[in-house]
Amino acid sequence: MGSYYINRTFFFDVHPPLGKMLIGLAGYLSGYNGTFPFQKPGDRYGHHNYIGMRGFCAFLGSCLVPFAYLIVLELSKSLSAALLAASILIFDTGCITLSQYILLDPILMFFLMGAVLSMVKYNSCAVRPFSAPWWFWLSLTGVNLAGAIGVKFVGLFVVLLVGLNTVYDLWELLGDLSLSLVTLGKHLLARVFCLILLPLVLYTAQFAVHFAVLNKSGPGDGFFSSAFQSRLIGNNLHNVSVPEHLAYGSVITMKNLRMAGGYLHSHWHLYPEGVGARQQQVTAYLHKDLNNLWVIKKHDSNTADHLDPSCSVEFVRHGDVIRLEHKETSRNLHSHQHEAPMTRKHFQVTGYGINGTGDANDFWRIEVVGRKSGKRIKVLRSQIRLTHLATGCILGSSGKTLPKWGWEQVEVTCTPYVKETPNALWNVEDHINPKLPNISLDVLKPSFPEILLESHMVMIRGNSGLKPKENEVTSKPWHWPINYQGLRFSGVNETDYRVYLLGNPVVWWLNLVTIGLYLLMATCTIVAIKRGAQLTVEFKELSEVLLHSGGKIMLGWLLHYLPFFMMGRVLYFHHYFPAMLFSSMLTGITWDTLLKFCAGCLSCSMGKRVYTYGMLALMLLIVYR
Amino acid sequence: MLGFLKQPVVVTAEINMNLVALTVMGLVNRLWALSYPRAVVFDEVYYGQFVSLYMKRIFFVDDSGPPFGHMLLAFGGYLGGFDGNFLWNRIGAEYSMNVPVWSLRLLPALTGALCVPLAYQILVELHFSHCAAFGAALLILFENSLITQSRLMLLESVLIFFILLAILSYLKFYNLQKCSPFTAGWWFWLLLTGVACSCAVGVKYMGLFTYMLLLAIAGVHSWHLIGDQTLSNVSVLCHLLARGLALVVVPVAMYLSFFYVHLTVLYRSGPHDQIMTSAFQASLEGGLARITQGQPLEVAYGSQITLRNVLGKPVPCWLHSHKNTYPIRYENGRGSSHQQQVTCYPFKDVNNWWIVKDPGMQQLVVSNPPRPVRHGHIVQLVHGITTRYLNTHDVAAPLSPHSQEISCYIDYNISMPAQNLWRVEIVNRESDTDVWKTILSEVRFVHVNTSAVLKLSGASLPEWGYRQLEIIGEKLSKGHHQSMLWNVEEHRYGKSQEQKEREVELHSPTQADISKNLSFMARFTELQWKILTLKNEDTEHKYSSSPLDWITMDTNIAYWFHPISGAQIHLIGNILTWASANVATLVYVCLFLWYLLRRRRKICDIPEDAWRLWVSAGGLCVGGWAVNYLPFFMMEKTLFLYHYLPALTFQILLIPVVLQHLTDHLCRSQLPKNMFSALMVAWFSSIYLVYRTFSPLTYGEPTLSAAELRSLRWKDSWDILIRKH
Repeated sequence: MGSYYINRTFFFDVHPPLGKMLIGLAGYLSGYNGTFPFQKPGDRYGHHNYIGMRGFCAFLGSCLVPFAYLIVLELSKSLSAALLAASILIFDTGCITLSQYILLDPILMFFLMGAVLSMVKYNSCAVRPFSAPWWFWLSLTGVNLAGAIGVKFVGLFVVLLVGLNTVYDLWELLGDLSLSLVTLGKHLLARVFCLILLPLVLYTAQFAVHFAVLNKSGPGDGFFSSAFQSRLIGNNLHNVSVPEHLAYGSVITMKNLRMAGGYLHSHWHLYPEGVGARQQQVTAYLHKDLNNLWVIKKHDSNTADHLDPSCSVEFVRHGDVIRLEHKETSRNLHSHQHEAPMTRKHFQVTGYGINGTGDANDFWRIEVVGRKSGKRIKVLRSQIRLTHLATGCILGSSGKTLPKWGWEQVEVTCTPYVKETPNALWNVEDHINPKLPNISLDVLKPSFPEILLESHMVMIRGNSGLKPKENEVTSKPWHWPINYQGLRFSGVNETDYRVYLLGNPVVWWLNLVTIGLYLLMATCTIVAIKRGAQLTVEFKELSEVLLHSGGKIMLGWLLHYLPFFMMGRVLYFHHYFPAMLFSSMLTGITWDTLLKFCAGCLSCSMGKRVYTYGMLALMLLIVYR
Repeated sequence: MLGFLKQPVVVTAEINMNLVALTVMGLVNRLWALSYPRAVVFDEVYYGQFVSLYMKRIFFVDDSGPPFGHMLLAFGGYLGGFDGNFLWNRIGAEYSMNVPVWSLRLLPALTGALCVPLAYQILVELHFSHCAAFGAALLILFENSLITQSRLMLLESVLIFFILLAILSYLKFYNLQKCSPFTAGWWFWLLLTGVACSCAVGVKYMGLFTYMLLLAIAGVHSWHLIGDQTLSNVSVLCHLLARGLALVVVPVAMYLSFFYVHLTVLYRSGPHDQIMTSAFQASLEGGLARITQGQPLEVAYGSQITLRNVLGKPVPCWLHSHKNTYPIRYENGRGSSHQQQVTCYPFKDVNNWWIVKDPGMQQLVVSNPPRPVRHGHIVQLVHGITTRYLNTHDVAAPLSPHSQEISCYIDYNISMPAQNLWRVEIVNRESDTDVWKTILSEVRFVHVNTSAVLKLSGASLPEWGYRQLEIIGEKLSKGHHQSMLWNVEEHRYGKSQEQKEREVELHSPTQADISKNLSFMARFTELQWKILTLKNEDTEHKYSSSPLDWITMDTNIAYWFHPISGAQIHLIGNILTWASANVATLVYVCLFLWYLLRRRRKICDIPEDAWRLWVSAGGLCVGGWAVNYLPFFMMEKTLFLYHYLPALTFQILLIPVVLQHLTDHLCRSQLPKNMFSALMVAWFSSIYLVYRTFSPLTYGEPTLSAAELRSLRWKDSWDILIRKH
């Protein structure tokens, strides 16, 4: 992906750009020239210089260990707990594998841990608010949040974690009656500024850089609207010159105006049996394709005379009744009172007729939004509505994906409900008519917020549309913590060496046991406190650590794990790794507290010995693998 | 001796006339002209078929929910003497004379009517004034959508009834908690909470949401109890155990009992048998049980068997082979072995018969005494009609090129030897020497040479394979997926050595006698699992809607339409009530946040009691609304407006809560109070007016003219059927 940045071609991916930009930057600095295709896992790099990129990722990956150490140290004030957590991460094979290659995950985890670390730090600075370190850690949290969410949308979970923590924080401050309202306001503003505005600005800045760097046309164009495409050098809409007004006989493509809407498309395949009439499918298709071309014809006359060069050009006007003929298959755009395949309340749209002879259901009235009748129709700029004459419905794209028989393209329907939505509006994008002079149009310069919004819509759609390919290793969320199945990264042949992503079983099962143990301990402690048990000072501190610090980490684990159960998209094993970081830290804290509890119960010297031996045993257990 | 006679026997009855009046009004309003229209209305077509099946005692599986709701409807049919003979095929079809429409619709209508006094009671138990409670009941009474839903043979009103009942009994229980724990009344209401919860869940899985809410509320209350230091540890434990018993154990037991009744009542085989495993089918009367009765239990060498795939998806099917061979080349240019096809065939056929053969012997009959096949034994499977051996080899399967092709071996003399030895692995064995049993054993066939496993791939073959399902040899046999498991369904001991005789034998039906009984728990687990996992084709309905449309009621559902007169029934709510409910929710949330923040700063706008009331009532109503509404955003199934009704009920209960709070705490002086009351009267009358206006669409009569209908279309998105003349 980094190649694209170096070559400056525009592309489309479901993740935000920061991670790829960083990789691209690392590659650029280390002299990688962006020519390697990166087509499938297992290809050899050959002479390409990839060490820089890998080194960059590995460096970020190895930062996780000190981060975990610092976080746990800060939370529990216990050196051994911190060492335990850190050693778990050092000796976990999964983490090592994941951070050795050019992937987004090490970068994501770096920012994520960074955010947690700075959050913990600023919490511990809370005694001296508005001091320099306080400001530093607070704004660093914001920066890291922006980084995390800029790499992958999974970063949202850590934003949620920090958000919840901040709300709790503010709630405590609110209850503190010694603070005046003005101080409270300052606290609130500081947090709003550092944790909301700062990340937003940084995040937007990433996109600004992204768009500024990628200014050449590339493979991802078709996902975006006509206006968006006109920005890209090399796209046929960049510095476009087309006939300005639509005329009969023109060959056009029509693009739906909704965000990430497709081109009006048709192909030889028929609707399957049981789905309306068995006629040719009409869909919306996101890529540029010959099958997107349509010819505008008059509803009553036949085809030939418009192409005749001697005949004068007749322009299409607002309110005209037209026929749209699909160029490849020469069928007419047709609709009738059958249910549409997905949206049952709408009518089905088909391709009908042979060589342009159809019936009265092929007639559409063409209208431009906000114009009077009789005006000409402009390419790109006019927003067109096509009304079906016989039924009065409006051509629209519902945004739903058709099943396999429709090649997973987007459904096109004719909606009987007359509403002003972008779903039902189209614009003409390509326009070919040899008889008309080409006029250069410097029309659509979309503003930055528009581009930003649009690229997000496209990403979200892409994300939810990820479906498993045949024979791909996918897994279910409950597989993950038990280390049920790994993920093959590389190595197609038997002879080749393979890279297999799999966690260290001892570590993982220890983590799993610890989560149960933690819940048990937390419940016991909290019930004991609620029942008014008298605790010594030492125990009080311990339970404080257990409930507050452990609670934060536990919350982090839950937030990074549970949402996956509700996700519809394809899930892979490596999605669990952020949650795994949290559960490793939890392991450190829990065992440390448990052993200290035991030590406290026994006599002093005896207790110390138990504690030391316990710690050593755990360490050895981990190193053993 | 007769001392007690000295005192007169006195019965003191205290009757709350409000309640009586509300109940009567509710009954009138819900039961009026109940048997009109005498035609199938909307989802009656769906529930009706299950009622019929209950009447005929035929087993069925319904993926929409647990059986208690269907059972209640069927109970109505039973009381009315319904014989189940009606073809539920079309909405709008006239009922024949044998269908007791009135009694079928009676139960939902009764429960719907009882919701009115329940609402009243709930608000009273929440310590609100009788006036507010009366208002809440009236709002429920005049809610058109609730009326429509309860006047038909549908389940929502039953669900709402049980939900409200659970809430009410929990509140009663909680109020008794302070003064007299562990008395009879306390136990009664506590247990009733559990029972009502399980009934709600038993009617529809939506009931789970309210159940969870109640559990959460009970959890919070128990937490306070734990913190109560005046109680001893033992009594706290008793309290917790009592709650655990009533709110967890009792509902689970009740839920199981629904299934027990369901399975006991439905003992005949029916249309959905195929979904279930052979063992389950064998427990039903007729159908498979008739065939399998008296089969030999243990599979022996020489046994003639049919093998059914355990998975049952996409369709249940049997291992099958026929004379036709795989095409030499597939459409994509890959080659095949050109040997005889092996498929999975979803219908009973003589070609589904296979014979278990000992590789060491030639004979295809069962010796005397029979030598049973055990776990780990190596067998050959001979196709009964063609006498070819089941075989697999290193050739790619037709549709799944990463797996091996399975064929029946034909020797073409082209140095492709037969590889037809299979090891029998009984997956659900108890010991390693278990015998392979008919129906009960789930078996994997592992190929001896290549260790591939016989598996149903789920894809269906193209035209040359007659669209039957593909069978493959899976090389990477990780896990125990059900598509690799097979069980013997039909079975008999082969007697004829000659091919001709054997063919006759294969065509003849099996006979003999042993009956198999599956334990209730096994049947329950299987049925429950099927209900949860069975997915109907995701069909979008004309009247389906998205949750966002519900709040503002942007959509309605046309339930029924008289083809001649044009009379129609719609699920359409009282728009004024819906709007007020939304406003009330909004006001509640804003005020709640305001109070909360202010209290944190130790500024108390309202007294402590009022605050506690405000939190508990709001937690119940807003919480009930949220848990019954928000989860729908994450559901992918087809949703309808009626899914919103339980949430709406909670939202309606919130209106009087907010109103009373406003009058009590915000209108301090007399004048605004009077104005407020006047406003209330006006508001209630307009709600009544809206109810009257839309009642023709609720009750289906009187018939309205086109112009009147058009004037009722208050929102453009409402789909009111106006006939063109």
